[in-house]
Amino acid sequence: MFFSGSVQEKKSDYLKGLLAGVSIAIGYLPVALTYGFIAETTGLTLLETIAMSAFVFAGAAQYMSLSLIAVGTGAFEIIFTTFIINIRHLLMSTAISEKAVKDHPIIKGLYAFGMTDEVFAVSSTKEGKLTSSYILGVASIAYSSWVINSGIGYAIGTSLPATLQQSMSIALYALFIALLIPSLKKHRKIVWLAVFAAMLNSVLTLFIATGWAIIIATLVSAIVIEIIYSKKQNFYEQSDHKSKGA
Amino acid sequence: MSQTMLIIILGMAIVTYIPRVLPLVAMNGKELPPKVKAVLQNVPYAALGALIFPGILFIQDDIWFGIIGGTTAIVIALLGANLIIVVISAITVLSLYSVFF
Repeated sequence: MFFSGSVQEKKSDYLKGLLAGVSIAIGYLPVALTYGFIAETTGLTLLETIAMSAFVFAGAAQYMSLSLIAVGTGAFEIIFTTFIINIRHLLMSTAISEKAVKDHPIIKGLYAFGMTDEVFAVSSTKEGKLTSSYILGVASIAYSSWVINSGIGYAIGTSLPATLQQSMSIALYALFIALLIPSLKKHRKIVWLAVFAAMLNSVLTLFIATGWAIIIATLVSAIVIEIIYSKKQNFYEQSDHKSKGA
Repeated sequence: MSQTMLIIILGMAIVTYIPRVLPLVAMNGKELPPKVKAVLQNVPYAALGALIFPGILFIQDDIWFGIIGGTTAIVIALLGANLIIVVISAITVLSLYSVFF
């Protein structure tokens, strides 16, 4: 009886996470189907295709690996490129770590596995307390969609009508926009954070790998806007102080 | 499964997992300096900006796909709709666009 409250709470947080992750599952559908389809044409077996999705769980890196496997690139180079593409998650996990409640390292290690861009985006913009159960909910529905649809894509091709397949490529971007807009409405600072990072990323992607471009653009924007706003804050505090003094 | 594929998949799994898990386990419950904290609280919004743009322009060869889909998502999100409605609206509008144009 004593613990039932907390179990109940965990369960409902997990369900909330699952629900919040539905749009990720929809967004992963066309991407995973296409991945499975390309894996088949690249010559992977069904087991290899599903194993990659199940153990790696990183869309962009998996696509890249297929194009490298197709041209006969060595294992080391593929693994190294994967590392470069996914290094951005270092920053994302650090931000989640700052926001999420303290928990057992094994639980954190479990949801860390599911920390894709999309799971990060949904979890990090959640208002209020961010529990492990919630993140696990988001991650598990995203993961299921990714792995299952990879297999389906392999077995029966992309299977969606071409028009729908094309249109669905907007899904993950629409999800990011839907996560960003409500916060934009609340604080001017958030508008600058997003716009400045987008501008930096546009320039950086011309010169460096996408993985690095995103991490640098994000970090520089987060730091620069923080400095500008903390100066502004000080300025207001000082002028406030002066006016009080006078 | 061929041995090379096994090595590729395991290697990819390890180098993907390390950046995801390291900060979470290393910083579990540790207090950070306020300035670092403030920057980390900015990261989600900056990351969303970088994840959306310029990638959205290149989802299809036709650049209008990204522009029309993105604009739809912005408008519907500004109206206060929830995530799934925004995603489905953007897909629907693009389906109509590709049928008629």
